[in-house]
Amino acid sequence: MRLAPILGRRLLGAAALIAAVLLLNFILIHLAPGDPALTIAGGMGGVTEEILRDIRRAYGLDAPLHSQLLLYTERMLSGDLGRSLFYNAPVLDLILERLGPTVLLVLTAMSVALALGTFLGVLASRRPGGVVAHFVTGVTLAGYSAPAFWVGILLLLVFSAAIPLFPVSGMYDVRADGAGLPRALDVAHHLVLPAITLAIVFLAQYSRIARASMLDVLGADYIRTARAKGLSDRAVLYRHALRNAALPVVTLAGLQFGNMLSGAVLVETVFNWPGLGLLAFESILRRDHPTVLGILFFATAMVVVANLLTDIAYRIVDPRIRAGTAATGRPR
Amino acid sequence: MTPRAPGPVRQTWGMVLRNGSAVSGLALLASVLAMTLIVPAFYPADPFDIVWRPLAPPGEAPALPLGSDFLGRDVLAGIVHGGRATLAVGASAAAICVIIGIAVGAAAGFYGGLVDGGLMRIAEFFQVLPALLFAMTLVSLFGPDFVTIATAIGVVSWPPIARLTRAEFLRIRELDYVRASRAVGASDRRLIWRVILPNALPPLIVAATLTVGAAILFEAGLAFLGLGDPNAMSWGLMIGANRDFALEAWWTVTLPGLAIFLTVLGVSLVGDGLTDALDPKRHDR
Repeated sequence: MRLAPILGRRLLGAAALIAAVLLLNFILIHLAPGDPALTIAGGMGGVTEEILRDIRRAYGLDAPLHSQLLLYTERMLSGDLGRSLFYNAPVLDLILERLGPTVLLVLTAMSVALALGTFLGVLASRRPGGVVAHFVTGVTLAGYSAPAFWVGILLLLVFSAAIPLFPVSGMYDVRADGAGLPRALDVAHHLVLPAITLAIVFLAQYSRIARASMLDVLGADYIRTARAKGLSDRAVLYRHALRNAALPVVTLAGLQFGNMLSGAVLVETVFNWPGLGLLAFESILRRDHPTVLGILFFATAMVVVANLLTDIAYRIVDPRIRAGTAATGRPR
Repeated sequence: MTPRAPGPVRQTWGMVLRNGSAVSGLALLASVLAMTLIVPAFYPADPFDIVWRPLAPPGEAPALPLGSDFLGRDVLAGIVHGGRATLAVGASAAAICVIIGIAVGAAAGFYGGLVDGGLMRIAEFFQVLPALLFAMTLVSLFGPDFVTIATAIGVVSWPPIARLTRAEFLRIRELDYVRASRAVGASDRRLIWRVILPNALPPLIVAATLTVGAAILFEAGLAFLGLGDPNAMSWGLMIGANRDFALEAWWTVTLPGLAIFLTVLGVSLVGDGLTDALDPKRHDR
């Protein structure tokens, strides 16, 4: 199969998923106890009859359900994710404002987890059942079993309180209003602990996949050939095996994006990192439903896009998948 | 008389008991269960009662071996009584997840075709939803009661179980003994529940075990965010409530977190041991 038709099918699938999230949001608004207008308005009170009337008109809440859904879809697809009464601002603006910090945090954590996880996985694959392998298993099991928010607080206790190396919260020092490089360094300084926290949680999965994939590859004939040629252990592991074993790890990274966003909610809350997760948390406490629903929609759309990109990327990277021969192992 | 071979359950149990990580996991879980189910009877202090000055370090008051929290509540009482909510929600959520996952995966793998396609699209949908955000949204719209929280966690966690069940069903349904049962006229229901499912169980048991761990972490996360049941003390709730005082009073957050960590570690160790014990490829090791 060529790339174009597959791409077309994937795009259609992605569009269907986004439509499904839209429908889910709509259903949630109507299933929530009480008046849907009140759900859309949100807020801990202070909602006037006038505001409710405006919302009913804007969302056609007096019309039959199917025309409501149509109107709702139209609004959402034109980028109108609703209006936050707390901020008195469009939800989309609020989300876009907070998107940068979350993407920075998630991508940094993912890179750290990917690099460290792969490294640990390779270490463990060298001698299965050995001391190093057991150590790696122990470390990753502990990382997987620890609640993310607790790891974050422990890191704060050690590296902010006991040894004051890193700032306690926020994304930059409010006293310094620098720009350019000093600003970037300031953000990086604030980023260290949250990124490590998030990375620790996902380390286990990467190192496990990396180990399994390496063990698979290390049994292959071309590895025996490489060893027979007298190549060093390191050259065999990193130049020959890892290249071929990396694909499942990279795929997992793409598919993990949604879980990373979930983890980011907890980590951002611990470190007061001004991203989408913190906004979601604060909005729930304020009963700011339009913002919460908007974030759910936006985040899911991001996951769909991330999955789509992963899919396309590994089709391009791995010629076996591109040619559609991976399943059967023989050319067309 | 020929000696009978031990049954499959007994065999598996034997393999589990020979596995170091499974045994240490079981021991860890047993102590956690004892602490949450038996110890409260001997330590009936109400974890919500204010009994001392706030943020007293461990050992300051003889009655408070683990100190007090930001309101002056007994941390030890919180740890002893806070396990029940966490474990109950974790176990119920995992049960919901496993039931949905097996039902969907079995139907998809057994019937194939359109049923399979449709069900797997639904699974895909729940897999792209950021789980915690979705659960937070449900709780914020429907309120933080036990049923909502357990359902929210279960509903977002079933796709991996469904995929695994489906894969096992696809493999097993073509095996000779299934064809034979089909040939002698076994009903679909019998084939699914009595013929295929029991043979698909080993990997599902491992996955279900790991699901319990994930559900406990999930509940702890929600409770930490203040979205758990506010009327039930739980480990996550303790950490969330004392978060702002964590740097002055480490014991208020470190100790409940340790309880969550050890519980999930116990579950993960058992899961790890089961993987080794149930994986036929590893028996020669």
